[in-house]
Amino acid sequence: MGIQFFPPNSNINFMGHKNKIFALMLLITMGCFACLFMKGLTYGIDFKGGLLIEIRTSAPANISAMRTSLKNLVHGEISLQEFGSPNDVLIRVERQPGGDEAQLQALEKIKSHLDANVEYRRVETVGPKVSESLITNGIYAVLGSLAAMLVYIWFRFEWQFGVCAVITLAHDSLILLGVFSLFALEFNETALIAILLTITYSINDTVVIYDRIRENLRKFKKMPLSELINRSINETLSRTVLTSGTTLLSLLALYLFGGPVIAAFSLPILVGIFAGTISSIFISAPLLSIVGLNRGKINEE
Amino acid sequence: MINIPRWKTILILGVCVLGMFFIIPQFLSRDTLQKLPNWFPNKQVVLGLDLQGGAHLLLEVDFETALHEQMAAIVDNVKVELRKTRIGYKGFVAQKRQAVFTLRNSQDIDKVKSILRTIDQGLEVTALTDGKFSLTLTSDAIEKRKKASLAQSIEIVRRRVDETGTAEPFIQQQGEDRILIQLPGLQDPERIKNLLGQTAKLQFRFLDTSVSIEDAREGRLPPDTEVLEGYEDNQHSPVYYVAKKQVIISGENLIDAQPNFDPQTNQPIVGFKFDALGARRFGDATKENVGKLFAIILDNKVISAPRINEPITGGSGQISGSFTTQEAQDLALLMRAGALPAPLKVIEERTVGPGLGADSIVSGEHATIISIVMVAVFMLVAYSFFGIIANIALLVNLILLFAAMAVTQATLTLPGIAGIALTIGMAVDANVLINERIKEELRLGRKLIAAIDAGYSRAMTTIIDSNLTTLIGAALLYHFGSGPIRGFAVTLTLGVIVSMFTAISLTRVIVVWWLKTFKPTRLPI
Repeated sequence: MGIQFFPPNSNINFMGHKNKIFALMLLITMGCFACLFMKGLTYGIDFKGGLLIEIRTSAPANISAMRTSLKNLVHGEISLQEFGSPNDVLIRVERQPGGDEAQLQALEKIKSHLDANVEYRRVETVGPKVSESLITNGIYAVLGSLAAMLVYIWFRFEWQFGVCAVITLAHDSLILLGVFSLFALEFNETALIAILLTITYSINDTVVIYDRIRENLRKFKKMPLSELINRSINETLSRTVLTSGTTLLSLLALYLFGGPVIAAFSLPILVGIFAGTISSIFISAPLLSIVGLNRGKINEE
Repeated sequence: MINIPRWKTILILGVCVLGMFFIIPQFLSRDTLQKLPNWFPNKQVVLGLDLQGGAHLLLEVDFETALHEQMAAIVDNVKVELRKTRIGYKGFVAQKRQAVFTLRNSQDIDKVKSILRTIDQGLEVTALTDGKFSLTLTSDAIEKRKKASLAQSIEIVRRRVDETGTAEPFIQQQGEDRILIQLPGLQDPERIKNLLGQTAKLQFRFLDTSVSIEDAREGRLPPDTEVLEGYEDNQHSPVYYVAKKQVIISGENLIDAQPNFDPQTNQPIVGFKFDALGARRFGDATKENVGKLFAIILDNKVISAPRINEPITGGSGQISGSFTTQEAQDLALLMRAGALPAPLKVIEERTVGPGLGADSIVSGEHATIISIVMVAVFMLVAYSFFGIIANIALLVNLILLFAAMAVTQATLTLPGIAGIALTIGMAVDANVLINERIKEELRLGRKLIAAIDAGYSRAMTTIIDSNLTTLIGAALLYHFGSGPIRGFAVTLTLGVIVSMFTAISLTRVIVVWWLKTFKPTRLPI
């Protein structure tokens, strides 16, 4: 049945290196935290607002050529949109660091790179697209869904599984936020979506491993917990790697062939799904041995 | 496993065929679609602003009207306080941004000032000539109010647009008093314009039946009442009402409103519910006034004037007017979303092109196709024959997903495409779980059919647990989130449900068919 990408009886000693792995993960998480604390996030036009410029060109505008020539001219994102007719273009530039002076400078720079006979029909400042309520709602939404997943996993498994799953998810989100902060990636609406995707993917991965742990707990009543967890991770390893492989593959295609806009968008999702896979193998399951399980209770069911 | 009841097989294949049927409009032009008979599905997937562009509206907030109304409210408040403390005053009326009044005893002005401070910190009194005083808001206070009404307007606009089911709108503050809205798709924005053009200030007030309408319209009105227009009657002539100015209860106390049908007359109605405070106030007012008429007023127009037959204490009620179904829906929507603090005026309307360049869209399309092909090839290499089955499921999965998005009119944006990429990953995941399990069972020495049977049933708990967890998470995201977060939750939910169906039910039907037809004894390599 097809090619075996993974040896069927892999026996990697994950649990033996548990402490080293935890130390490393803790270090990375702390690093992300420190980076977030010191550098903060780079908010894009969605969150910050900026300048809105409406121009009219004498001939139908070549928007993609304009985008190329204006890109990297100013700080942050710049978006172009056909506006009503082929000759009208709406340009959005994110708010430049600095005061009003900086905004004017950016405007001059843009003007110098556009055709001389472009007519400037309007230049205005615009507020953020993402309202504060969207962000606060978003935070409630994420917390609410984490709580609901915790309760569901508690209900289907044991409370320890729920707690470990949520710790893993918190770790994943923090890593992703850290990456955004460290590389000064634009934190915009799609970044929010990338975090949601990461959480969704990671929980899926984690539950698959927990499922196997639950099954093995019933099968091998006398096996030490540490050995049992290790066995479960190994048994599901080929599935974990194959699934992440296909998902990462499809995202990689988007990143490589999707053009600059889609590439910028798929990169954080790639990072997030990678982090989610790693954490479900190295954190979510080993964490259970630290929190401990009440095996008698599981055997009764 | 080997025996799937016939009805189940028919149902599973039926769903697939139905999906293919609903995906047909996607490949037809708009002109062809319009020529098709009515029963034929005609809904296409709505592409978001980033992929297709849409309508652009620029709205201006009318602060002057809002300030005038706020001033009038302040004056009403001040009058009540003045009467309480027995300070005599004359001719106290709000005119635009200021109110002018005279005191019977000019010495009282210090007392008035201290009263004003308790009402609003931003109030200022200046003495005019001949004993008159002018009450104004400081420029700071006006600025603050403007900012607050703009922010609140944006929030209400967002709520109204969200409630119409238009996913992924673009709403942004522009300049100091304008709101820019872009709506995806090329549909007519008339309904949205109509919805945003209304302040939607809802009031419940008593009617005064002591005077005739004719007298009232000629100006012979009891104190503290006014003449309001209602909707036209059956003969298309306007109807007028004399309503008391005092408001029993306003839209702020509403917690829900839903369109409905009257079970007796089958007419569209709007059912509503008050919060606890509103319910108590409404209950008290109706208890004391059984037999009298009251009016439900929206933006100073009476939409309904029912008689109080019995005290309404439950905190809920219904409005019946001569609505069409659409009007009832829109009224309920406006009541739910709340009133605008100031009227809005559309000052610009256009169509806009996609936010992403045509080049990005083309490369995005290519990349999506490449990614699907890569996954398909990967599955084929990993599971050969079972890979083909998984790939058929994947194809049906995509068809069903697009059909579901077209039918629900969910908006497809760039984040949505990522959601689909993830769904592909998850759809494949279920098959990976099943196939890995089958391999495992075979290694344990089971016979082929027993291994497949065990593979499906053992993998099932895992698939259900992991997908249900995701669905529960998505439901909460939808409940609490707004805008793009909701859009994400919808795509994710559709994707998970569809992928569970194709990866479990559909592949099983195919595998059973294969087992029965070819009676294999071992897995084909």
